[in-house]
Amino acid sequence: MRTTYYIKAIQEALTQAMEADETVFLMGEDIGVYGGCFGVTRGMLRRFGKKRVVETPMSEASLLGVAIGAAVTGLKPVLEIMFMDFITLCMDQIVNHASKMRYIYGGTVSVPLVIRTAAGAGKRYASSHSQSLEAMFMNVPGLKIAAPSTPYDAKGLLKAAIDDPDPVLFVEHKLLYWTKGHVPREPYTLPFGVAATRRHGNDVTIVAHSRMVSAALAASETLAKEGVDAEVIDLRTLSPLDTDTITASVEKTGRLVTVEEGYLCNGIGAEISARVAERAFPSLKAPIVRVGGADVPIPYSPPLEDAAIPQTADIVRAVRTLFKWRFSQAVAVRRAERSK
Amino acid sequence: MKAGELLEYYRQMLLIREFERAVLSFFEAKECTKIFGTTHLYIGQEAVAVGACACLDKDDYITSTHRGHGHFLAKGGDPRRIMAELFGRRTGYSKGRGGTQHMGDIRIGHLGSNGITGGGIPIATGAAFSIKYRGTTQVVVCFFGDGAVNEGVFHESLNMAALWNLPVIYVCENNLYAMSTPVSAAFPVKDIAERARAYNMPGVVSDGMDVLDVKEKVGAAVQRAREGRGPSLVECKTYRFVGHSKSDRCLYRTREEEAQWRRRDPIHLLKQRLIEHELCTPEACSAVERHVKEAVEDAVRYADESPWPSAEDLYGDLFAG
Repeated sequence: MRTTYYIKAIQEALTQAMEADETVFLMGEDIGVYGGCFGVTRGMLRRFGKKRVVETPMSEASLLGVAIGAAVTGLKPVLEIMFMDFITLCMDQIVNHASKMRYIYGGTVSVPLVIRTAAGAGKRYASSHSQSLEAMFMNVPGLKIAAPSTPYDAKGLLKAAIDDPDPVLFVEHKLLYWTKGHVPREPYTLPFGVAATRRHGNDVTIVAHSRMVSAALAASETLAKEGVDAEVIDLRTLSPLDTDTITASVEKTGRLVTVEEGYLCNGIGAEISARVAERAFPSLKAPIVRVGGADVPIPYSPPLEDAAIPQTADIVRAVRTLFKWRFSQAVAVRRAERSK
Repeated sequence: MKAGELLEYYRQMLLIREFERAVLSFFEAKECTKIFGTTHLYIGQEAVAVGACACLDKDDYITSTHRGHGHFLAKGGDPRRIMAELFGRRTGYSKGRGGTQHMGDIRIGHLGSNGITGGGIPIATGAAFSIKYRGTTQVVVCFFGDGAVNEGVFHESLNMAALWNLPVIYVCENNLYAMSTPVSAAFPVKDIAERARAYNMPGVVSDGMDVLDVKEKVGAAVQRAREGRGPSLVECKTYRFVGHSKSDRCLYRTREEEAQWRRRDPIHLLKQRLIEHELCTPEACSAVERHVKEAVEDAVRYADESPWPSAEDLYGDLFAG
């Protein structure tokens, strides 16, 4: 079984797509000789030439539109936005154009566009180079979002994204680039909207994506020693969101903890909590707990950054609270409040 | 200049004018039951769309704006289906989902309009990138107003188009007001065309009330683009004879100024030229006028008789398949 790095899996998906289809091309800042800020496109310029590895001026707002214009006229652009924080410069073209065109033009236009971007904290880059803003884009109809946690998923989901006739936001994580895993050499795709159960368990469901999957798995090992058998679900894609898999798991375990690196407020956990409350409320044995990034700009200093980003210990603590929680205790508290 | 060609421009400009007049009449009716929301009319600017689109083949592209009915008609859009879209009907170009500001038809090279000032500029640039990539001789005409020139994407896009030598013609319709803001309050330069110099591309001023001047200036830029010599900026000085949108009472400009511009009505100018140069008879003009009137009436009838979309259509076409 061949293993390789997440970054190599992404590069392999790009290379294979470009070899198979002349209309696929890369576009972005410093993606040529430099190889992209994180080295994802290293060697691609030499391999495919300037026509298909298009280095651009620093013009993110227009670049997104340029990619749309290319996409609607027969090409398949894969655009790299260096840091996910910079995607805020592209908001108009993503929110008002790429995601809306098929619908508002009566189904006559396809926008086969992939936006690759590097999210995530942990490298002490501070507030404008560390964010995970994917939850924001779940609020945009017409846009698909993938956020792979493994090299295998990165390759399969990226190929699926490039093959997709609609716009896809492909969220990579800086700290995952040099993680290793099983990756077949031949091209393959993974379906959007299908989560993966990374660990089967009966006591609590932990839902995560991207780098937080490994944190959730580490937490479940600690919890196992305490006798708590956690099920860990890796979302893989955020739009569409695999609500069925989450709901089925919660119906089995009766407890739910959501984990995300992005800001907690209005985050993915909030959406999942609402969906589970709507669909599986009778199955819940305890309140849902959300673990997420602190609602502050991501700070620089190591102790501050570590405090702002969910750690394995935070997930363990969150799960423990579910098992301390008793309905009878809550009733007693309510009675005490009323009698005051 | 061939008489037939000029008469065709006259027909197209008149079609836009009559179409927009019909739209205006629905909004001015005591009870507005045909059209909803708002609209931005093209009345006064017809020479720009018609003159520019006269330089294009069917497979050339345009991008349009919030004030887009004229562009669509000039690029060969079906008045019936444009009107049906304004009526919110299923037979409209966008199946009633887009309305006045969100329409297009890629089959005739119209890449779409939208309600974001300058939103089409990078998309036009990308279509031009695609042309170069695919190695065809197509070109893109990118329409936008004076307001859009102060959006960041204008500058980013012109820079990239020049850098990559792309076949795109940026046609700025300077109608002197971005909603209510006069160009004098928004630009430290006299002509918007001057902006081209910063991006090392030709920038020319055209009389936007003269369809032949627009055709000549845009035509030269189109030829340049087809020959692989890169992008151009053409500023067409024009005027909208009505308000920015339906609720505009035009308090920011004088009635004198409006009257002055109306004396240079692009449609009257062309008709005068046709008759003075004996290129066609007043009878021939009248025949065109009758034909156009009937076409607009037919479009209204078609829209009126078209079915409404139903709530089941709400989630269609969000994604492929």
